[in-house]
Amino acid sequence: MSEAKIQIKNLYKIFGKNPKAAMEYVKNGVGKDELLEKHNHVLGLKDINLDIHAQSVQVVMGLSGSGKSTLIRHINRLIEPTDGSVTVDGDEVLKMNEEELRSFRRSKTAMVFQRFALLPHKTVLQNTIFGLHIQNISEEDANKSALRWIERVGLSGYEDKYPQHLSGGMQQRVGLARALTNDGDILLMDEAFSALDPLIRKDMQDILLELQDELHKTVVFITHDLDEALKIGDRIAILKDGIMDQEGIPAEILLNPKTKYVKDFVEDVNRARVIKAKHIMSEINGQDISGAMPIDQDDFIDRFIDKVISDKPDNLVIQDKNKKNIGFLSTQKLSEILKR
Amino acid sequence: MSNFLTDFPEMPNKQFREFKKGVDASYKDFAREWGDLIDAMFDPLLKMLVFFEKTLIATPWPIFMIVLLGLTYWGSRSIKLVIGTFLAFVFIGYFRMWDETMSTIAIILTSVIMSVVIGLPTGIAMSRSDRTQSIVTPILDIMQTMPPFVYLIPIVMLMGIGKIPGLIAVVIYAIPPLIRLTNLGIREVDKEALEAADAFGATKKQKLYQVQLPLALPTIFAGINQTIMMALAMVIIASMIGVKGLGQPVLQSIYNQYFTKGVLYGLAIVIVAIVFDRVSQSYGQRIQKHRSGKIV
Repeated sequence: MSEAKIQIKNLYKIFGKNPKAAMEYVKNGVGKDELLEKHNHVLGLKDINLDIHAQSVQVVMGLSGSGKSTLIRHINRLIEPTDGSVTVDGDEVLKMNEEELRSFRRSKTAMVFQRFALLPHKTVLQNTIFGLHIQNISEEDANKSALRWIERVGLSGYEDKYPQHLSGGMQQRVGLARALTNDGDILLMDEAFSALDPLIRKDMQDILLELQDELHKTVVFITHDLDEALKIGDRIAILKDGIMDQEGIPAEILLNPKTKYVKDFVEDVNRARVIKAKHIMSEINGQDISGAMPIDQDDFIDRFIDKVISDKPDNLVIQDKNKKNIGFLSTQKLSEILKR
Repeated sequence: MSNFLTDFPEMPNKQFREFKKGVDASYKDFAREWGDLIDAMFDPLLKMLVFFEKTLIATPWPIFMIVLLGLTYWGSRSIKLVIGTFLAFVFIGYFRMWDETMSTIAIILTSVIMSVVIGLPTGIAMSRSDRTQSIVTPILDIMQTMPPFVYLIPIVMLMGIGKIPGLIAVVIYAIPPLIRLTNLGIREVDKEALEAADAFGATKKQKLYQVQLPLALPTIFAGINQTIMMALAMVIIASMIGVKGLGQPVLQSIYNQYFTKGVLYGLAIVIVAIVFDRVSQSYGQRIQKHRSGKIV
């Protein structure tokens, strides 16, 4: 794994009149409901620790009120934490002064919002160059870069339209183009596709994955939709009531849910479509692999399950890209995993 | 005892007279001392007003008409409104009220400009701080509920009778809605739009000019429309302290019971009001087309 691009350490956020005092209660184990009832403070986040790796997609998932939108706003400090630390490329975001923070936001991060947050009095093109415009970059350069991204998200020909004339999906494409035009390493996406209907959402997810393949940004993606999380995330963090229940790669979360909350969450997921061969293989370790069916390590279970059913091999051998045997999986274990 | 219950325990007559005299005397002293200086301060405003008035009256009527109709069309994009405006001003001209109308338009113009120059920054300042808002709001309440005649007294004592005191009275009366609506419009701007501007690293000034003011513009414009209307409503009262225009003949008619004259000049005020209102409103609606105050 590459080094952590964004490092969140012991992050606390408490909303209310006197958060510092309420911190003591929280540190002594007072829960969200009790804190609200007895002390009239809202627990936003409690002791969050998260390393987000460069060039990967980190999903933060949770239901509404779980603190996921609060968490993402700490990365570019739209929200001030009560306690803790957030570093990006080793720089402490929480220690930056106004000027430093502004230039950090301008150069390193870009954000996509759930409700798009486009400016209705600006055209698609003007919205897209907003980030560059406020940096006083010449209109010519800004437009050149913006037009490229407008084309890339499939909005060519709409440059001079106003956001109101566009559908929700198209508006969010503008939001995405605006964020990409800013060209920071970090892309913060706050429930970016949640307001879109399912087909459009799938389109947008595909666009994002396609772009990510090429751009390798560090993406922090907030969602309440597990399917979306599993599809997009390299890693997933699950939040509940401001506490991080579990963090890991999708398969790990599916196979070993740590809490009941996570378990309930992942129960109905079609595992065959999420788990790859490499996630469930064990080491070969002298197992008999003669006659075992070869499977590519990056294949999802549902890609090879039909063949397993028709050929009925006893064992599978997992191979890497160069057809080298790297792992072992018995059909018995496979069926257990699918049954669970 | 019975006296105490039926008569409110009031200030003794003599003391009350002294009190009034004292306040009057000290205000008169203040007026004598500072009146000239304050007059001089407002001199540029007087020059602007006189310039507008002279220019409007000196402009040949066909040119004024063309410019007015052009502005009407530019503002509203409505032929109906242009024709209506034309007929209205033909009525005004034919019934010999042209010059008075020009004077009234000049004072409306000046007081609206002054209201915007003072009101917009005040509204912005109010929107930025709850403290400022809590200080300015009661002042606006007083300005809106105090009968104009009452604040005419100190203004006239200070500056005498004339155009400038009239202008000040009009502005006091007409400025509150503009300040209130500027404040409201900016405060109503969608939080997410501001958050987006923050996230992209906008400065306070950039947020104001590129997000808050443009998104609040339709509301601010409703405020300007209100200000124009209220300024027009003040022309008769202002005429009592020497502001020339459509108000003076109405005042004369009241004193002398000139029925026809009063009605005609009254109608002229109504006409100017309707034309200004329709044009500024349809302009306000037109600029909203792309930017329906809401964020999308």
